[in-house]
Amino acid sequence: MKYVDEYRDAKLARGYARALARAVTRPWTVMEVCGGQTHAIVKYGVDKLLPGEIELVHGPGCPVCVTPIEWIDAAVEIASLRDVIFCTFGDMLRVPGARGDLFSAKAGGGDIRVVYSPMDALQAARANPEKQTVFFAVGFETTAPANAMAVYQAKREGLKNFSMLVSHALVPPAMESILSSPANRVQGFLAAGHVCTVMGYTEYEPVARKYRVPVVVTGFEPTDILQGIYMCVKQLEEGRHEVENQYSRSVRREGNAEAQKLVRAVFRPIRRNWRGVGEIPESGLGLTEEYEAFDALRRFAVVPQVREGPSECVSGEILQGLKKPGECPAFGVRCTPERPLGATMVSSEGACSAYYRYRGARHEP
Amino acid sequence: MCLAVPGKILSIEGQDPLLRSGKVSFGGTLKNVFLAYVPEARVGDYVLVHVGFAISVLVPEEADRIFRYLAEIEEGDFLQGEEAS
Ligand code: SF4
Repeated sequence: MKYVDEYRDAKLARGYARALARAVTRPWTVMEVCGGQTHAIVKYGVDKLLPGEIELVHGPGCPVCVTPIEWIDAAVEIASLRDVIFCTFGDMLRVPGARGDLFSAKAGGGDIRVVYSPMDALQAARANPEKQTVFFAVGFETTAPANAMAVYQAKREGLKNFSMLVSHALVPPAMESILSSPANRVQGFLAAGHVCTVMGYTEYEPVARKYRVPVVVTGFEPTDILQGIYMCVKQLEEGRHEVENQYSRSVRREGNAEAQKLVRAVFRPIRRNWRGVGEIPESGLGLTEEYEAFDALRRFAVVPQVREGPSECVSGEILQGLKKPGECPAFGVRCTPERPLGATMVSSEGACSAYYRYRGARHEP
Repeated sequence: MCLAVPGKILSIEGQDPLLRSGKVSFGGTLKNVFLAYVPEARVGDYVLVHVGFAISVLVPEEADRIFRYLAEIEEGDFLQGEEAS
């Protein structure tokens, strides 16, 4: 497939691996922010091509993983109501809340439908005027334009039976939260190419300057990631800390202006909780006043109750680059993709699940 | 979850710019894709598609930068090696 196959070329990958080996003189820790990149790194063994000096740690960039437990509980509560059609992306079904997951709510009789796009949920609302259709809007900046469009169209059409449970997260505040932690080990970032396709990368420029960290906007295929690491390590070796764009075939500095316009009309930044990580100011999206009638929590008068109990799961530390999956005592023993204890095991883009799938239960850490 | 897949636009329909959509081929598999966020897109362009929406038009001139970049650094490293020896 064009724009895919050429970026999976083994010769090109080895070329970058050799260039990296020549460029590196000291140990460096680099974080890939996005779960899609984590998945590709572990699947294609990108980390195994790197010289020993470079350690990759996996970031918080899986929106499924960081959806707070209380939001899963709210989803289960709403999805179990009579005359509700609850639409969600498939990866949310098995995410454990404090009181079960959406999969069991479906088995219990909830009308829960897996959709490919928020527009499919909108279509379900149009087709079933006697019922309430709710869409579980989970995602980062990449997904926000699609979700914004669904709400925008619902208002334009005057649909009274469509609403959204919004659990949107924003990447730059999470990166700042990692960088400002005293335990931080991350020296350079690969920023998520799809997030930047929508938002551009001007937001990262002050972050790179303030924390003196290089940020390289990077794509998702194995050689994209290797080139991104090379560009990042080159900056580290030369003492630079700039924002560079590896993924220029899709990302422009200012991003996608049309998409940003609609996102800004429908959503506004709010404080939010990241599962395992905690609250981060201005790191989520809520509906603006003009669209708040489409908020499912309001419509069904559901109040999410925070209750993160004690657990042996260390996914919070994994999401902040402080630990790797192999360091969790439950990994592969009490926690597997079939019976996940924590969110990084649930989604195929979570670091625990990626290691389990491609490296097995007993991989070398 | 944030997966976005490149595909080629085969046809475009819709007058309302917000409802513009098109048939996009992903290695032979056809899907209907919303094009509201890529007003500049034309038939024959490759777009990056996420949850049913095109979020960018891929730039052909940038697509092989990954090869040129490697060739440049290899040449640079080679020259440096020459100087050192
Ligand atoms: S292996 Fe399971 S329990 Fe351990 S950190 Fe990962 S998700 Fe949590």
